[in-house]
Amino acid sequence: MSNNLQTFTKGLIKENPILVLLLGCCPTLATTTSAINGMSMGLATTFVLVLSNIFISLLKGFIPDKVRIPCFIVVIASFVTLVQLLMQAYVPDIYETLGLFIPLIVVNCIVLGRAEAFASKNPVFPSMLDGLGMGLGFTLALTLLGCIREFLGSGSIFGLTILPETANILVFILPPGAFICLGFVIAIVNKLKKESH
Amino acid sequence: MKYLIIILSTILVNNVIFSQFLGICPFLGTSKKTSTAAGMSAAVIFVLTLATLVTWLTNRYILIPLNLTFLQTIAFILIIAALVQMVEIILKKISPSLYTALGVFLPLITTNCAVLGVSLTVVTKEFNYGGVAHMLSLGESLVYAVGIALGFSMALIIFAGIREHIDLMEPPKGMKGTPIALITAGILALAFMGFTGIV
Repeated sequence: MSNNLQTFTKGLIKENPILVLLLGCCPTLATTTSAINGMSMGLATTFVLVLSNIFISLLKGFIPDKVRIPCFIVVIASFVTLVQLLMQAYVPDIYETLGLFIPLIVVNCIVLGRAEAFASKNPVFPSMLDGLGMGLGFTLALTLLGCIREFLGSGSIFGLTILPETANILVFILPPGAFICLGFVIAIVNKLKKESH
Repeated sequence: MKYLIIILSTILVNNVIFSQFLGICPFLGTSKKTSTAAGMSAAVIFVLTLATLVTWLTNRYILIPLNLTFLQTIAFILIIAALVQMVEIILKKISPSLYTALGVFLPLITTNCAVLGVSLTVVTKEFNYGGVAHMLSLGESLVYAVGIALGFSMALIIFAGIREHIDLMEPPKGMKGTPIALITAGILALAFMGFTGIV
């Protein structure tokens, strides 16, 4: 049991896909213009990650080793299409804002990375937990970045206005702010990691 | 004239890295040395153009007539993966010297989101080049792809040049490595914002 718990929690902080492993940078930079956008992107990725991990773990006995990567990609792409259609139907506004980055979950290194490194070698339940942990870690990082950028750039968090409009630093919701913000957050994480050792 | 506008807008105004955020992983991963950056750029220019050509034709002559456009994501990623494999095999046979130069970078390109991103963009988004909003024709799509790839190469090579200099500096401890690289990229993106509005 403690083993399962560890599988689940490692993705949240110790092996956080963005802040520590630096995987999946494109959606991180592009969709964190506000907290809600970052969170929706994170949840969409988590959904794909959990389902593809479960499915690949179930299929691991049937997939020949030589063609495993194309097989994984087909499984992942199918779930991405599913998410795409679901979001188009139920949350069209968010689908419109995230745009191209929903289909691009297919090429997000985290999803294929977990399939290859974990789900193809482990039973179904741990694989699901691994996907869930990694996905939530991703969501956490995206929401955090979204909050910081939204707060600095438009003076609000989750759409709730906190600072007056005159205090907004517009550049933080524009592309350069994404790079600078992620740079500083990773620097802080590095610093904390060194101190905890 | 229309093609010139597409090229200018994809290289400078809507630069693939600094304003569209596609292909950040290879941008950060292969920018430690200018020579690696140049190799990656060449591979991207080659594959991106070829992939756009094949996916555009597939979409137009297979997916649209059969009403299967919802399969775009699956179909395109498979085409790109197969294409990269094929290019690798063909290059190995006909031009070993080019293969040794691009070899290491080719497998990495399958997961470069710029390739899938551009092939999906040109078949789903309407553009406004030349005044009227319209879907891109094959010629325009190819010019768009070449422009994006050139923009990627320019950004990557400039960034690699700067990173080589950063290596000689002594940034604060926590900033070493990725954080300082990201902040540098941010400042570069800021510079690229100056091109907004020229076309």
